[in-house]
Amino acid sequence: MMDLILFGIFPYVAVALAVAVGIYRYTIDRYSWSSQSSQFLEKKALFWGSVPWHYAILLILLAHFLAFLVPGAWDALLEAPLRLLLLEATGMALGICTLLALLLLIVRRAGNARLCAVTTRADWLLLILLLLQVATGVIIATTLRWGGLWYAHTISPWLWSLLTLRPDIQYLAVMPAVVKLHAFNGFLLLAIFPFSRLVHVVSVPFTYLSRPYQVVVWYRRRARLG
Amino acid sequence: MNIRAQVSSVFHLDKCIGCHTCSIACKNLWTDRKGAEYMWWNNVETKPGTGYPTRWEDQEQYRGGWERAEAVLKLGGRGGLLGKIFYNPALPDMDDYYEPFTYKYGDLISAPAGNDQPTARPVSMVTGKPMKIEAGPNWDDDLSGSNVYAANDPGVVKLSDEEQQQMFAIEKMVMFYLPRICNHCLNAGCVASCPSGAIYKRGEDGIVLINQDKCRGWRMCVSACPYKKTYYGWTTGKSEKCILCYPRQEAGEAPACFHSCVGRIRYLGVLLYDADRIEEVALNEDRDLAAAQRDIILDPFDPQVQADARRAGIPEQVLQAARKSPVYKFVKQWAVALPLHPEFRTLPMLFYVPPMLPVISRENQGRQQLADEFFTTLEKARLPIRYLAGLFAGGNEEEVKAVYRRLIAVRMQRRSVSVGDLDAAEVEKAAELAGLTTDQIDALYRMTALTRITERIVVPPMLREQAIEAGMDPEEYKQGMGFGSRKAPKRRW
Ligand code: HEM
Ligand code: SF4
Ligand code: SF4
Repeated sequence: MMDLILFGIFPYVAVALAVAVGIYRYTIDRYSWSSQSSQFLEKKALFWGSVPWHYAILLILLAHFLAFLVPGAWDALLEAPLRLLLLEATGMALGICTLLALLLLIVRRAGNARLCAVTTRADWLLLILLLLQVATGVIIATTLRWGGLWYAHTISPWLWSLLTLRPDIQYLAVMPAVVKLHAFNGFLLLAIFPFSRLVHVVSVPFTYLSRPYQVVVWYRRRARLG
Repeated sequence: MNIRAQVSSVFHLDKCIGCHTCSIACKNLWTDRKGAEYMWWNNVETKPGTGYPTRWEDQEQYRGGWERAEAVLKLGGRGGLLGKIFYNPALPDMDDYYEPFTYKYGDLISAPAGNDQPTARPVSMVTGKPMKIEAGPNWDDDLSGSNVYAANDPGVVKLSDEEQQQMFAIEKMVMFYLPRICNHCLNAGCVASCPSGAIYKRGEDGIVLINQDKCRGWRMCVSACPYKKTYYGWTTGKSEKCILCYPRQEAGEAPACFHSCVGRIRYLGVLLYDADRIEEVALNEDRDLAAAQRDIILDPFDPQVQADARRAGIPEQVLQAARKSPVYKFVKQWAVALPLHPEFRTLPMLFYVPPMLPVISRENQGRQQLADEFFTTLEKARLPIRYLAGLFAGGNEEEVKAVYRRLIAVRMQRRSVSVGDLDAAEVEKAAELAGLTTDQIDALYRMTALTRITERIVVPPMLREQAIEAGMDPEEYKQGMGFGSRKAPKRRW
């Protein structure tokens, strides 16, 4: 029963919250949509925290998404033992990187009076949940080796079953507790995404690469001379 | 040809008395709130000096403005800039400005009776904790000549040892005030650097604003503005900047700092310019930039320009305002106002009449005596021309000398009128050297010394009633306003 709630129902609740609250916040209070950068108040530790954190977490998320979206191709990629080893080692290094960087970010916030003054309860909750997430991730990687392989045959079909609206929790029910925790906490993060500073993740400013440098806004359309 | 109108300004530095009334007017109106304490959209700094934030002119450190080659921001190309989004190595932090503080005044009346006088201890307005004050607004006010501040002025460091000594020799100690606001640049670095595209120039009047609903706090503009005139709101996660008091201007009023200026140093008016040539101007060599920028400003009296402007949709009332613009006179007709640091290549639209700082007195057997050539010599100016050229002309001394020749001609003519002790031929020669007619000199004198606010500040009609569809919320039409929001500027989520 618990498994059904956690892995068959809660994911839908999380997605619904993320989408509904996300849209609500974006339309009603767009002013609040920000990365909430704290570099202005502290920048030395931020460098050693933020840069490794972001590059590592983005690559790890990318791997999670690829193995979920195209499990077949993923399997084919890892057929060669060397490539599997390489991926496993990279994943482990990146995982440890996120863990250390996040610990640094947390210590940075806790230890600096200026940063404490701008940190809300939602910020702390987010950092703690992220810590839980990367910590369980690293534990899984060390204790349950070759996740690169088994993910595509267990987690990926579970996620697909959710996506196709025929939730099959069997895949998860048989997993060790730490994997369950990692999976549940992942959706919990999705659920709190619209309530936290995490909203910055969906505002990646790719358009900057192609927009003209100077932006001019007119009250009304005007004739341009040739 | 792509004619646009720009609300522009001139600050006459010889008239600035460094009273900071402008800063206070601005602070009371716009930045008197939590998180904005440290922001001075208008600040007045002492030159030579390190300024606010400390050493803001040093672009090796802060990476503001543009590289000359290829029109690329000093902060990096588009990809390079995005690569710095997780951590921006060129961002000034709070200590480069100062940590805002207040005093525990309550302790003065609530302290228990004792042998000591109660004191009000300083507390940080960020953390609320007691703090040691190490810097504050205008910390180096009037401290030119100090070996902490003036000696570290990025413009001074570039001078030769001899020139530096000349500046600091105690009896020659010299300073002037430099009031600074956002320049509402034509080739704005802040606009170009914003990953979200939240910063924009208003087409009708050229005011540069940050759309608060689009800003995501990527804090690139703070670095990319070479004048450090965008400020990061550390409580809101949004950047803010001077809005040139557009709500006041839309009601026909002067911006607050202009209106309140005690020295009446501030002039405001419309300039017409050719927007198609912005990039071409920015590619000039440092020393040619001031002239090139002057060159894209168009003559509002020229019928051809007027016809083109009308076709570009510039309303008749704005063209009228352009003809009355004191800025056009200072910058183009008399050519006595120069942009601040044109070598940053943002094409700033705030121009400065450089200060004369003449030889005031010399010692005569132990008594101070007014110098003989009071106001009239260029060669004996107390600030090296090179220093001023570094500030206002991308290092081009000729540009600055030409301005001084005109200012000197005005002073000589006025002296001959009011005191009458100058040789008429000499006065005429000065005017000829300056390239100004007697009428022009008179007009320049009048505009400098005698005009009332309506002549100094010619706010063009903003014509909002015509510009916006009837029944449409102007804020919505424009997608958000320049700072704050229709909601209180504070963190809610
Ligand atoms: C490409 C996408 C992303 C961009 C452009 C981005 C950008 C940023 C920026 C600019 C900051 C503020 C740093 C500062 O204080 O100056 C930030 C903070 C943060 N980001 Fe991201 N981010 C991205 C993706 C992510 C992802 C995927 C996560 C986690 C799942 C994440 C989690 C965080 C957290 C927790 C902080 C706060 C760190 C702290 O100050 O304690 N970000 N991000
Ligand atoms: S001076 Fe103003 S318009 Fe120019 S770059 Fe700075 S903030 Fe932008
Ligand atoms: S109010 Fe005018 S005179 Fe006073 S400091 Fe400001 S600019 Fe100078």
